[in-house]
Amino acid sequence: MLFNYSNVLIFSLVGVGFILVTLLVGSLMRPKNPTPEKLSTYECGEEPIGSAWMNFNIRFYVIALVFVIFDVEVVFMFPVVRVFKEWVANGTGVVVLVEMFIFLLILIMGFIYVWAKGDLNWFKKIMK
Amino acid sequence: MENFITNMIAQCSWLQSLPKWVVVFGFQIFFSVLILFAFVAIFAMLAGYVERRVAGRIQSRIGPNRVGPQGILQSLADGIKVFLKEDVVPTAADPILFRIAPYFVFVGMFLAFVAIPFSAQWVISDFNLGIFYLLACEALVVIGIVMSGWASNNKWSLIGGMRSAAQIVSYEVPVSLTILMIVLWCGTMDIQQIILSQGPMPWHWHVFQNPFLFIGFFIFFIGSLAEGNRMPFDMPEAESELVSGYNTEYSGFRFIIFFFAEFANLYLIGAIVTILFLGGWQAGVLPEFFVSIFGAENPWIVALIKNFTQLFVFQAKALVLVFVIIQLRWTLPRVRVDQLMALCWKYLVPISFVNLLAISFWVVFVPEIGTKITAGVMTTFGAIIFIYFFYRVYWQLKFSKAKIRMNPFS
Repeated sequence: MLFNYSNVLIFSLVGVGFILVTLLVGSLMRPKNPTPEKLSTYECGEEPIGSAWMNFNIRFYVIALVFVIFDVEVVFMFPVVRVFKEWVANGTGVVVLVEMFIFLLILIMGFIYVWAKGDLNWFKKIMK
Repeated sequence: MENFITNMIAQCSWLQSLPKWVVVFGFQIFFSVLILFAFVAIFAMLAGYVERRVAGRIQSRIGPNRVGPQGILQSLADGIKVFLKEDVVPTAADPILFRIAPYFVFVGMFLAFVAIPFSAQWVISDFNLGIFYLLACEALVVIGIVMSGWASNNKWSLIGGMRSAAQIVSYEVPVSLTILMIVLWCGTMDIQQIILSQGPMPWHWHVFQNPFLFIGFFIFFIGSLAEGNRMPFDMPEAESELVSGYNTEYSGFRFIIFFFAEFANLYLIGAIVTILFLGGWQAGVLPEFFVSIFGAENPWIVALIKNFTQLFVFQAKALVLVFVIIQLRWTLPRVRVDQLMALCWKYLVPISFVNLLAISFWVVFVPEIGTKITAGVMTTFGAIIFIYFFYRVYWQLKFSKAKIRMNPFS
């Protein structure tokens, strides 16, 4: 167990180390003569107007919110589906099926609500 | 891999003289570097080359053919060129986040290789939560992409990064629902156990077990394409509208890391689809067959031949999928961003919900024999589609007026 997860640590260290070493070695060989034009933000040759760190469209936020709900639901479902076959073998398959169905139904109701409200449309009509 | 290290320590006396943690640590470093250089790097380079050659052939041009025989060293030349380029960090960008974003993208991709089983014994870590771990690794890539998009302080990068985040998290929902189906079907989250619950022949594979898994296969494939930012869904780097999306401001080696990760991700898509649906490394009687051909007696050699055969079968399936993905990129037009979101939330998510419920009904109510009959029917159905496809290809070759060059190197 510990061995398996220590591999993850080693791999992430090797991955970071690979980029770090290559960038360090490269910094000895590559040129470095920055000019103000070179360091300006690239926007197709135009001078950039204002910063890009501004208020952003809210629909990305809605998508993120819906995603969080569904992903948490998937995380809750993982243990259930893992032992589902064992329960079926016990003969209690129908019970767990009904329970799973109720749990999913609550979420599907929410999904239908979001859909009917039009939050899944990329171009949402605000004024009717 | 744990067994391998224990065996090595038991067999080699000079390893026993060292402390155990040093030996284990040494092997871990050795294998991670081996996977990085002998596998990820080489695959990323070759995929870059093959992709450009296929693109050239599809678009009636030649593609790279100058560096080395048939241009096979083109990727290496590009790598050296990019290595010697200046590393530009714009003054307007956030200096720290801009620099660390490539690490997240690369490490997220690289960590997934810890859990990919290449054969029955060649797997770095056989997690009991393997498939869940792969989902978690995919999520690291999103963080890197959003970070690079935001830190660049460039409007194109910001739009690209945000689109990419929205796309990847949206398609994560149908993909994870499909993974739930697989976990439900085999009752385990261990990747090796998932592979072992399938078999070597097509009618043992998960794709053809029942109609819902067949639909799930396509949902998973489409969702993986979108998560890997591959072509019909490569909105984040739509060259024609957002110069290059989240990596517009990157240059030199930091830029190539994104591409490196993208091409390695290409392989990961093929590998994960193979593991979940196409039987993984299962090779049936082939390993014993090769062992008997070579007449190997030494247990190390026997294990080597068996594992190599399984590795070969696994790679063949994964690389065929990679080739399909490359061809899709140059065949299909890019979808619009609203179509992309509609496809995910209005088609794939409801279908995968229905799929999940249907398969749980199936597990409860359909007896073993019913599954076997369906598997047979589905395999026949798949075979008919396959044969029809090749018939169409043959028909096109025979009656098309265009001159078709069969030799890929002509």
